[in-house]
Amino acid sequence: MKLDRVLQYSQAYNFFQWVFGKHAPEPGVVFLSQRRVYILPTHHGLTFGLAVILMLIGSINYNLSLGYVLTFLLAGLGIVSILHTFRNLAHLYVSAGRVAPVFAGDTAQFEVVFENKSDFDRHSLDLTCRGTKVSCNAPAHQHRSVTLPVKTEKRGWLQLERVTVDTRFPLGVMRAWSYVQPDMRALVYPRPDSAPLPPAHSDADAGDAVSSGAGTDDFAGLRPYQASDSPHHVAWKSSARSELLLTKLFAGRTASELWFDWDSLPAGMLTEARLSRLARWVVLAEERGLSYGLALPGIKVPLGEGFPHRDRCLKELALYHG
Amino acid sequence: MADPRNTEPLPLPPFALLIAGAALTVASHTLWLPYWVDATAAALLIWRAIASIRGAALPARWLLILLTFGGAVGVFFSYRTIMGRDPGVTLLVLLLFLKLLETRARRDVFVAAFLVYFVALANFFYSQSIPIAVLMLLTVLVTTTALVGFSAPQRAIVDDLKTAGRMLAQAGPVMLLLFFLFPRVQGPLWGMPQDAYSSVTGLSETMSPGSISSLSLSDAIAFRVKFQTEPPPRARLYWRGPVLSDFDGYTWRVGLPQLRRNMSVEAAGSPADYEVTLEPHNRNWMFALEMPTRIPPTARLTSEYLVISLTPIRSRIRYEIRSFPQFQAPSGSNPEDLANALRLPRGVNPRARALASEWRESLADNAAIVRRAIEFFRGSRFEYTLQPPSLGQNSVDEFLFDTKQGFCEHFASSFVFLMRAAGVPARVVTGYQGGDTNPVDGYMVVRQADAHAWAEVWLAGGGWTRIDPTAAAVPIRVELGITAAAPGGASLPLLMRTNLDWLKSLRNNWEALTNQWNQWVLGFNPDRQREMLSWLGVRQPSWQTMTVMLFWSVAGVLLLTALWLLRGIRREDPVQRAWSRFCDKLAREGLARARAEGPFDYASRVARALPAREDAVRAIAALYVDQRYGPGADARSITRLKHLVREFGP
Repeated sequence: MKLDRVLQYSQAYNFFQWVFGKHAPEPGVVFLSQRRVYILPTHHGLTFGLAVILMLIGSINYNLSLGYVLTFLLAGLGIVSILHTFRNLAHLYVSAGRVAPVFAGDTAQFEVVFENKSDFDRHSLDLTCRGTKVSCNAPAHQHRSVTLPVKTEKRGWLQLERVTVDTRFPLGVMRAWSYVQPDMRALVYPRPDSAPLPPAHSDADAGDAVSSGAGTDDFAGLRPYQASDSPHHVAWKSSARSELLLTKLFAGRTASELWFDWDSLPAGMLTEARLSRLARWVVLAEERGLSYGLALPGIKVPLGEGFPHRDRCLKELALYHG
Repeated sequence: MADPRNTEPLPLPPFALLIAGAALTVASHTLWLPYWVDATAAALLIWRAIASIRGAALPARWLLILLTFGGAVGVFFSYRTIMGRDPGVTLLVLLLFLKLLETRARRDVFVAAFLVYFVALANFFYSQSIPIAVLMLLTVLVTTTALVGFSAPQRAIVDDLKTAGRMLAQAGPVMLLLFFLFPRVQGPLWGMPQDAYSSVTGLSETMSPGSISSLSLSDAIAFRVKFQTEPPPRARLYWRGPVLSDFDGYTWRVGLPQLRRNMSVEAAGSPADYEVTLEPHNRNWMFALEMPTRIPPTARLTSEYLVISLTPIRSRIRYEIRSFPQFQAPSGSNPEDLANALRLPRGVNPRARALASEWRESLADNAAIVRRAIEFFRGSRFEYTLQPPSLGQNSVDEFLFDTKQGFCEHFASSFVFLMRAAGVPARVVTGYQGGDTNPVDGYMVVRQADAHAWAEVWLAGGGWTRIDPTAAAVPIRVELGITAAAPGGASLPLLMRTNLDWLKSLRNNWEALTNQWNQWVLGFNPDRQREMLSWLGVRQPSWQTMTVMLFWSVAGVLLLTALWLLRGIRREDPVQRAWSRFCDKLAREGLARARAEGPFDYASRVARALPAREDAVRAIAALYVDQRYGPGADARSITRLKHLVREFGP
């Protein structure tokens, strides 16, 4: 459509597209071109305008030449502030940064990166998404990242919603804003429940995995932390009382291998409850440095340990479609 | 949309600036505000400053309401009203400081800042001088800096100041365009409060002993004159003001003036053409040299040869006028006027009456009586003083025969009394006598101190004739001015004393500057605007044409400002730009960089292809990587990188 392409140059058209149209996330770097930066007075700006009009009437009534000068200077200030506010936002580059996986119910920290390629600093850029607001600056020729906390509810992928970037710099009488939706999603793990680790039992399929439950997490004592120790074994409470970081030692760790099997859970359990339970076990097993594997219908994660393994298991749980 | 920042605590540095702005904006108001308002404002300001510094709690709402109410009651008791200009401004000042006291969040900041702007405007009710203008510009700068500071709380206040300064500088051209092209309307739009013009000084409709000598203490400027022709000598510079013909024994008052259609002064000698810039004095009369023949179209001439305006002069006005300093007065007069000019109160000043009747009996005609009276004044050793002894009920007798010390009003009053007692129609004329030419800009300045009173007698041959008894008694007053005439001069304003030459030249320069300010800034009224536009070639400027001109010129100025502001917006990183240029140069040689190729890999490949340029290639790549990914770019390396790329040729 030719008309559509012509209309793309109109700010109002773009605005309505954003408000009423469907918008997909924008991959890569988003450039805040002048066509997608909107600007209107704030309500302080409207009050300012009213004040200027009252001052003009006063100047006319009392024939105050300097009253005219002051009134028109303030009017000029208001007009010039449109340009300044616009310039503070236009031509910024916004891109998606990192976002770490979180458990459902926790807050995902979306990192949004601003790049300012211009010769001047940008100040007081506010990002608003779903009612949370964060603020940052972007000095000239620099990158600045800002983390936007978003409360999570469901497991799975959480797509970052439309973010409003706005600024009222320098006077607060004008507000320039733009909508961006960086292609950015956070992985939300199922929320672990509060169950303990299952009592390890000898299983024919598991083979030599677990010899005996007893001793797998037998606390054997403390020793000074070494760089190679898993942070999960740091005895934080004891460390807090001493000068040193201390690591917990466990007896019989070599013997501890666990299989977390979907099918081994009680038959009446619902899908989400099962996922929560399995997530809990994965977290606990990793904390205790056990070796563990995960079996879901159609998915099998072999035995392993360490963070990448844990994350793989949790990801399978997060994205499970039963 | 509720802004959560509205409830955040206020950053201190911009708030300190806001308080400073409030202090600056009321600084000159404190001179006229009632003392209790000054004290209250200072107390509230100190209270707020301490609360900010210590982080103490602000007063509760009920206390603020109580204070506001108390302030309104106080204003009512000070002025006996809360309507009008002065009570209004007083309330505004109190409101500003109370607002500061309850300013907790950003939302309140705006209200306080706008109140500062309002109070700044109110300054101009009282003075529109250059110092006040500079002070208010400073106020606006400080307050705007505070607003910038509130919208970017982490910034250094110096940067906020620079931003605010730049914004004001950019607002300047818009302000000038609006000032010159905004369609001006002559105010007022509605009735002015009664007290709007209470602060002006000048001659009044009455004259009693002491009224003109009190004016002489003021070196305030009454009006300025620009002569197009050669100025008349000082002794002929009689600027005619109100004519007083009713006497009650103590006070002279104006009679009922009648407008006059045909001016019948007989011109003699050469005319003087000049332009008067009259300071507002809240009365109708406009001053002109005796005797005016051509008056401005909006003015009228009374039967007493007084040029009057139809409305009181409440803003500085300019008018062109022509006078004949050596005039021949018309011989005809209204019999009613002449009867008025002979009336005297009964029973006062018996000695003066006796002297007058002695003249009447011994002398033949009126002209001889006048001559005799002038001789009397010349020969009686009167003393000209600003501090004459106070006089009782028979003021003329006491002055003429006992104290013999007086000021021009004593001379004029007693001369006219003598004339009337002797049967010669006479009246008192007040006005100004003299004027000093400022060598800096050539304007003649007439001050309140030049206020003068003289007499007019009606002679059958020559009509109303000016007689200046002061000139007869103290000729130096008219020839050299009041400064020379008043002995000691101790009570004259400092700047009117002549012995401080550098001070005089300083004053001349300052007053010339003030005059330009008055002519071009303060005097820019609808007439001036029309003149300016017709000078620009707009024949008949209507408000529509002005609006269109204003729109396009402001749009043009804003476009230029926008171009200036946005000039660096798309600037690529200089390092990246140099690197792109380098890659482009190589691409022309068929050595384009692959999309995924890193700078070092690319450099190695290029070095293999161009062994002769290997050093340069590797140096450029190393510099680029250093500057692009290293901890911080430094200007010297960037310059070097640019230089290497510029010199590079495969």
